[in-house]
Amino acid sequence: MATKTSKSSESTTRKDNVLLEVKDLTTHFFTQDGVVKAVDGISYNVHEGEVVGIVGESGCGKSVGAMSVMKLIPSPPGRIVKGDVTFEGEDLVNMEEPEMRRIRGNRIAMVFQEPMTSLNPVLTIGRQLTETLELHQGLTGQTALNRAAELLDRVGIPEAHQRLKDYPHQFSGGMRQRVMIAIALSCDPKLIIADEPTTALDVTIQAQILELMQGLAKELGTALIIITHNLGVVARYADRVIVMYAGKIIEESTAEEIFHNPMHAYTRGLLASVPRLDATEHVKLQTIEGLPPDLVMPPPGCGFKPRCQQKSCKCSDTPPPIVEAKKGHFIVDCKCCRK
Amino acid sequence: MTTKSKSKKSADILVNVENLKMYFPVTSGVILQRTVGQVKAVDNVTFFIRKGETLGLVGESGCGKTTTGRAVLQLYEPTDGKVQFEGTELTELTSSDMRAMRKEVQIIFQDPYGSLNPRMSAGDIIGEPLKVHNLVNSKQEYRDKVAELLSVVGLSPYMADRYPHEFSGGQRQRIGIARALAVNPSFIVCDEPVSALDVSIQAQVVNLLEDLQEQFGLTYLFIAHDLSVVKHISDRIAVMYLGHIVEIAPSDELYFNPIHAYTRALLSAIPIPDPTIEKTRERIILEGDVPSPLNPPAGCVFRPRCTKKDKCKCAETTPILTEVEPEHWVANCPCCMV
Repeated sequence: MATKTSKSSESTTRKDNVLLEVKDLTTHFFTQDGVVKAVDGISYNVHEGEVVGIVGESGCGKSVGAMSVMKLIPSPPGRIVKGDVTFEGEDLVNMEEPEMRRIRGNRIAMVFQEPMTSLNPVLTIGRQLTETLELHQGLTGQTALNRAAELLDRVGIPEAHQRLKDYPHQFSGGMRQRVMIAIALSCDPKLIIADEPTTALDVTIQAQILELMQGLAKELGTALIIITHNLGVVARYADRVIVMYAGKIIEESTAEEIFHNPMHAYTRGLLASVPRLDATEHVKLQTIEGLPPDLVMPPPGCGFKPRCQQKSCKCSDTPPPIVEAKKGHFIVDCKCCRK
Repeated sequence: MTTKSKSKKSADILVNVENLKMYFPVTSGVILQRTVGQVKAVDNVTFFIRKGETLGLVGESGCGKTTTGRAVLQLYEPTDGKVQFEGTELTELTSSDMRAMRKEVQIIFQDPYGSLNPRMSAGDIIGEPLKVHNLVNSKQEYRDKVAELLSVVGLSPYMADRYPHEFSGGQRQRIGIARALAVNPSFIVCDEPVSALDVSIQAQVVNLLEDLQEQFGLTYLFIAHDLSVVKHISDRIAVMYLGHIVEIAPSDELYFNPIHAYTRALLSAIPIPDPTIEKTRERIILEGDVPSPLNPPAGCVFRPRCTKKDKCKCAETTPILTEVEPEHWVANCPCCMV
């Protein structure tokens, strides 16, 4: 994998090509039971052509964070309460809806988790592909159909021209996810956000889809954000990894650093709790005792405090800031959680 | 715990399954229903499980692993084949005899939300098998037994009065485990018990299952699609594909020396959480999808996705599971064996 080895040198020169800048993004849901602080002040950058993995358990805010970038948060009850999202120098948070529509599906595309429900069951695949092409590129009629067939061909669907007339139910799960990727690619986006793109698929199909996405992203120079709970997927495909817990980013670094030198207690716990296929002897899995906190009333200060192993934890009630512990390795500055 | 329960594993076979077939009819018409086809969910499956061991059953969705588990427990009436439990032929038992037998064989379901009755308290759910099988004589004994079961699975006895919606996913799965343990069984089918759980909770439940196995000398049939979890918990692993078992081997042997092409592809498709290893790992990306079990390919079921299918001559004969090395069984298709 020659491309991967040259990655580190690339990323240093790539420093300035920030494509997406998320700063202190905070999204809350105002429900009857109180304010759910689903995303609570997250900041990260995505550079051009980079693959960023966002990992965390269910309810940690990884999907809401991505939806906030696309401004797809259902409102009410959700609302971006503060923070900035800058994409290619443009501020997305305060952008008007018509303008936002020109960006969505065009310069930022999204691949959703459920290939069964994210395609419209009463429209043909061809229509769903040409919809985007008409809207953003002004292609019509046969030109649009030809381009759609070309896209299907590119994502590995055989007999693309005939299949344009088919409906989603005539495709298998893996094939539907390929169609979703074709739609996402249709306008040559600069960034694709894939929200659990393979969670609903079988492992052999997961490998097909992820290889395809990585290959196409590399070929077209598209940046990719992969949101997943599968640590293996992140290890295989991501250049940089962001670990989220209880609505906050707790650690961020290159994939090598996160997996070989995890610093936060939660990251270490998470890695130790996954059984490894290549393990030679049977070691008991480590567990992280307790449950993630209720996001209506998260603990003040360090979010990991209720599950902290340090009995003598004297964390203050102010949320610890994110610091750069090592070059390119960011971590929440909590004394007990840091190694 | 570096070596798992292997040491206390005896050579006695507890469950023996021979040529198990489970076909579901496909009907057409509204009033006069005609059978127009058959879904061969499980086709000629043969395996055995020794006392105190864990047999893992892996495969992708629709390969028939859950159906196998249910057919073994006679929750489906198998189309054909034998299922012996401690020498007793389960397929020939009358329903009342089978009900008594259910004290010995239990199941833990995948969905911790769908498998618990929302209108029963946790205590009633766990206690129901005790009442059904008349295992308790007094109300006090019943309450004590429920409290004991709750603490065995790591819940507090005071939680007996709570209802399922008050528990988290991991705690619900613990209730499902306690319910299975209530009748003191010797064999438990674990049907995807951790698939619906987050990784940190998954580890808690896997550890609990291992502890219980040690404590009560249980035998498991562990069904899951996640090969890393199956490899962790199992002594031996059976790999299923389209209703057939393609390979059975001890866990480490299966990982380090896979023989069937499908097993190799399955192993290479699972990413290992280590970027350095991932860079150098060989990847076999299978083409295409799993064929429909309604119309499975004749002969070797893996043929449509086989890389050597052009030269392949296995369309005529169905491969048979053969012991190629001690304890290592493979479906003997010449193109699929590497």
